[in-house]
Amino acid sequence: MELIVNNLSKHFGEKLILDHLSFSMQSGDFMALVGSSGSGKSTILRLIAGLDQPSSGSISVDDTPVSGPGPDRGMVFQKYSLYPWLNAAENVAFGMRLQRMKAAEIKERTAYFLEVVGLSDAATKLPRELSGGMQQRVAIARSLATNPSILLLDEPFGALDLQIRESMQDFLLKLWQRTGLTVLLITHDVEEALVLAQRVHVLAPNPGRIIRSLDVDLDKTDLDQLRLSSDFLALRRSLSATMRELEPALS
Amino acid sequence: MTATAAAASKGRSNGLLSLFTLGAMPSKAVRGGLQVASLLVPLLLWTAIASLGLVDEKFLPSPQAVFRSLASMAASGILFQDIVASTGRVFGGFLLATLLAVPIGICMGVYPAICAICEPLIAMLRYMPAAAFIPLLIIYLGIGEEPKIALIFLGTIYFNILMVMDAVKFVPKELIETTLTLGGRSRQVLVQVVARYSLPSIIDTLRINIATSWNLVVVAELVAAEVGLGKRIQLAQRFFRTDQIFAELIVLGLIGFAIDMGFRLLLRLSCKWAV
Ligand SMILES: Nc1ncnc2c1ncn2[C@@H]1O[C@H](COP(=O)(O)OP(=O)(O)O)[C@@H](O)[C@H]1O
Ligand SMILES: [Mg+2]
Repeated sequence: MELIVNNLSKHFGEKLILDHLSFSMQSGDFMALVGSSGSGKSTILRLIAGLDQPSSGSISVDDTPVSGPGPDRGMVFQKYSLYPWLNAAENVAFGMRLQRMKAAEIKERTAYFLEVVGLSDAATKLPRELSGGMQQRVAIARSLATNPSILLLDEPFGALDLQIRESMQDFLLKLWQRTGLTVLLITHDVEEALVLAQRVHVLAPNPGRIIRSLDVDLDKTDLDQLRLSSDFLALRRSLSATMRELEPALS
Repeated sequence: MTATAAAASKGRSNGLLSLFTLGAMPSKAVRGGLQVASLLVPLLLWTAIASLGLVDEKFLPSPQAVFRSLASMAASGILFQDIVASTGRVFGGFLLATLLAVPIGICMGVYPAICAICEPLIAMLRYMPAAAFIPLLIIYLGIGEEPKIALIFLGTIYFNILMVMDAVKFVPKELIETTLTLGGRSRQVLVQVVARYSLPSIIDTLRINIATSWNLVVVAELVAAEVGLGKRIQLAQRFFRTDQIFAELIVLGLIGFAIDMGFRLLLRLSCKWAV
């Protein structure tokens, strides 16, 4: 799989929201886009997902231009991500049902992906009976079950408490290491980007544009240790400084 | 602000006043008691006024007289006939209105273009009193069941459409978009997500709007009918049978109440996730 975003621009009315963005991803990559709120992060993901059309520039997956939403690009939003009338297993099965997979296959894959996200025991629980972190895991499982070639995550842990957010980061990293997913994560949290992604782009607002890109080459076997290591802290300080310079009120 | 806070905390310590503390929930027993009183107190007042002879019984029949009249209408089979005729008309008209209103309302809620083309017309039609269509309906459809069902249909469809449309606007955009990224097609999104998510609000809308149908069925029967609860009331007036009028009114109220409870039950059974 190859995702190519080339000179992507987006206007809403007169206002320029995204200004000539370019980047690309290969199978198995974990990339993060960090930016403050309003910098156009969600807009980028919506364009890649095909939920909105670019004003200019192009997005292609394996040389095919993106023209609309499709299950090859799975998406997980920050909130309202589950169907409230379906239990966890039915939520995971929903995308496969939409695509009319065979019942036996749906059943098998549902059980498998619930297991992958560690929620086999919660299969029959309704979303409102699940914690925020569990709900997001179900949403990720539901997306994976339709076999996407890339997973688009729009601040998926942004609404969670700090403690849970860290354990969800551990979960997502392990999932990526285990399954060789391709993940494009969007976040306003510099630490989250550094902990998870191999490559991080910093997005400046008004209009949204990439002003810095870096590879994160750190040992990620133990995230608790990583979060305290000096290399990590140095990177984090440097990225935070970049972000701070973008805030007009503070600079 | 401090005054209301003080009043609130004071209210909590006082027995009766605490019922009026904003956000306070009286215990189940207290609420049950109040609900029983809601019906029992008026009944007792009525009994007292009637038995003291404060009002001429030609105008205000006693509860006993009303009950006797109800029993005799039930025994003769008239009551049953009337109930079947009136509820049949209500359900016929309302069902038609619902079958059309739900898909139209959903499409108007989801597609701004469809909303733009329908809403001004519906907003205007809604303000034309359904009863004002009776003469036209009689000219077009005669004096059988058709104009009565059509009247109920006209009187409820616009409200059903607009309220379903409003309900649909509360479906989170994220849920619709998630469905699209899972490979859902438009029809699947509308039926399996939008309609399903709005189902509790739609059932509630129907519960509220069927009351209008009850009002209209009586109006329809005043014009031309052989049987029906509204027709019986009109006949009773001719013979100054206020006891019969009261009996029919009570039956109308009770059936309406039962329908209301039916919708509540339906909501609870079909949308456990939302209640
Ligand atoms: N549909 C839209 N119409 C007009 N403006 C929009 C729309 N969606 C987003 N915007 C604007 O685009 C900018 C970026 O929004 P968004 O991509 O949601 O940022 P982020 O996700 O980084 O917080 C914001 O200023 C927002 O107001
Ligand atoms: Mg956003």
